[in-house]
Amino acid sequence: MGILEVKGVGKRFGGLQALGDVNLSVQENTVHAIIGPNGAGKSTLLNCFVGKLIPDTGSVMFDGQSLLGRTPYEITQMGVSRVFQTPEIFGDLNVMENMMIPCFAKRDGSFRMHAFESVAEETDLVEKAEQMLIDVNMIDKRHMHASSMSRGDKRRLEMAMCLVQDPKLLLLDEPTAGMARADTNNTIDLLKEIKEKRDITMAIIEHDMHVVFSLADRITVLAQGTPLVEDSPDKIKDHPKVREAYLGETQQ
Amino acid sequence: MLGLDKKDMKFLLIVTFLTLATPILLQPFPEGSGLAQFNAGYPDLMQRFAIFGIFAIGFNILFGLTGYLSFGHAAFLGVGSYSAVWMFKLLSMNVLPGLVLAVIMSGLFALVIGYVSLRRSGIYFSILTLAFAQMSYNLAYSVLTPITNGETGLQVTLNDPRILGQQVSASGNVPGTHFFGIEMGAAQKIAIGSWEFTFSAGYYFCAIIAIIAFYLSLRIFRSPFGLMLRAIKSNQQRLNYTGLNARPYTLAAFVISGMYAGLAGGLLASMDPLAGAERMQWTASGEVVLMTILGGVGTMMGPVLGAGVIKYMENIFSKINDQVLHQWFGWLPDSLESIVIWAAEHFVGSGWHMTSGVLFMIVVIFLPGGLVEGGQRIKSYFKNRRGGDSDDPEHHPKQAPHVAE
Ligand SMILES: Nc1ncnc2c1ncn2[C@@H]1O[C@H](COP(=O)(O)OP(=O)(O)OP(=O)(O)O)[C@@H](O)[C@H]1O
Ligand SMILES: [Mg+2]
Repeated sequence: MGILEVKGVGKRFGGLQALGDVNLSVQENTVHAIIGPNGAGKSTLLNCFVGKLIPDTGSVMFDGQSLLGRTPYEITQMGVSRVFQTPEIFGDLNVMENMMIPCFAKRDGSFRMHAFESVAEETDLVEKAEQMLIDVNMIDKRHMHASSMSRGDKRRLEMAMCLVQDPKLLLLDEPTAGMARADTNNTIDLLKEIKEKRDITMAIIEHDMHVVFSLADRITVLAQGTPLVEDSPDKIKDHPKVREAYLGETQQ
Repeated sequence: MLGLDKKDMKFLLIVTFLTLATPILLQPFPEGSGLAQFNAGYPDLMQRFAIFGIFAIGFNILFGLTGYLSFGHAAFLGVGSYSAVWMFKLLSMNVLPGLVLAVIMSGLFALVIGYVSLRRSGIYFSILTLAFAQMSYNLAYSVLTPITNGETGLQVTLNDPRILGQQVSASGNVPGTHFFGIEMGAAQKIAIGSWEFTFSAGYYFCAIIAIIAFYLSLRIFRSPFGLMLRAIKSNQQRLNYTGLNARPYTLAAFVISGMYAGLAGGLLASMDPLAGAERMQWTASGEVVLMTILGGVGTMMGPVLGAGVIKYMENIFSKINDQVLHQWFGWLPDSLESIVIWAAEHFVGSGWHMTSGVLFMIVVIFLPGGLVEGGQRIKSYFKNRRGGDSDDPEHHPKQAPHVAE
């Protein structure tokens, strides 16, 4: 049994069958990559995991519990974090404030009425947030207004906001899109380090094959809403169907 | 100290000082001078500054922090007034039970209205709150007449039971409101030269409550709860995927701001013990929106400033009449005088709404951050002139604006 078990998931948008019959098993403490051409249904699949979409058919089990019918905040509290394809951060707040919010959510649950405490006096959480910013190399930006940062920085911040919650399962939707080469390499190193140091499972959607092959233990190729193959990175590299359907397009 | 850092403490002390010194500061022109009509240091008006300041501070906790724009907050103001007057009728003219009931009742009302309205956001939320407030307004005139006394308004009379207090005062009238014996209507006039200052017990009572209300709101702004409210305004999607449930946070903010409104309503009744349904009308709800935007949404000082400016204009500009205008422009040639007066007439007296409308437009267009932004711009202008280019914003990463100013 994997930590995430997806069985027979299907989703239709009007006339479009975005997901056909997806079966997927993500093993604990591995990095599972999902690749596939644009419009293959990768983001839709992630949306079905986190309560943003409810699939028409099938089941999604995390850690032995069904995720279907739960709200996004409940799923996050269960230990599933998500990095979005377009960075979702608190643009009106500064970097440190962005980091403090997930720290509070992790410690206090989905709601707590702490109206007369002071954010600055939560020294444990402040320290935790700062350590995370050091890990992602953003500590010097901690007073910056989040919306004024580059796209790459926003992504790193979003990732740090997810990681500081110590999730069991981290879902990453194209985490390096829009990053410069150097930032991409930093992100790979960061994710590798996280993978070694922590008990964390990752499901990652990525177009950059360099990222995929540096990180993934297992790869699923999705095309037109159905998994084409699932195998280890070495096998996927040489798989004729994959070369034809996907790698052929991106490696020219 | 008091759970505030140094900067906030200084801020609170300045606000406290300004509030306590208001009877002097707002009386800059000597009696009898032509400008004396611009003085604002009389009790009735100063009480309104403090009371509507409280109303706006509370409204800002909801609108400024979460971005949810309520168009029905006057309903809570009305509920607060009715509750307080009922206490004056049943219990005693001591304002304390009245204020306590005002806060509790408006909190309960806000819980119900907020629970329903917060199922929607954006314009739909605003419309729902507006609908609820108008409903309360209409009910006060019709079904609820036994409680509200309909069009006449709820008043204290000689026949009220007032089981804990005096039914009739020594002089045979309805006794005045008081706080453990301190009469709200009591005032001390002190003349210094040709200046005359009025120190009123009612104003100082409102002022002290306003300072406490301001302090509590400052604490909320700096708390994890306040941070969550700002996060709701910024990105609800990310908030959900951070494991937080936005609904109870917004509802708590709604109830808190409703209680502030109820407190303001209770104070209005404490200064003048009657309550009418017009206090719940949509124009009153709109007024607090204007105050908040005029002063600066989401800032600490903004709502207070906005409330002050609007109440000042309402009182001062509405008092200027033809005669005063003739005095001012009498030195002009006759033909020109009549033209100028004709134009000016539209902006004073009952036309003061025109003046406030124009001011509002100017502020929204040129200072989207409200009067507070105007103040900040002036401050940084002088700073730059003095400090050379050391504070040049171009050469520094953009800092998040400090919500305190
Ligand atoms: N909410 C929606 N309503 C209607 N159609 C949708 C919706 N979300 C996605 N789709 C459609 O479903 C298909 C799959 O979209 P999805 O975003 O999952 O693709 P993807 O594999 O993530 O592609 P990309 O690599 O471009 O991100 C696309 O054709 C898309 O237009
Ligand atoms: Mg996608």
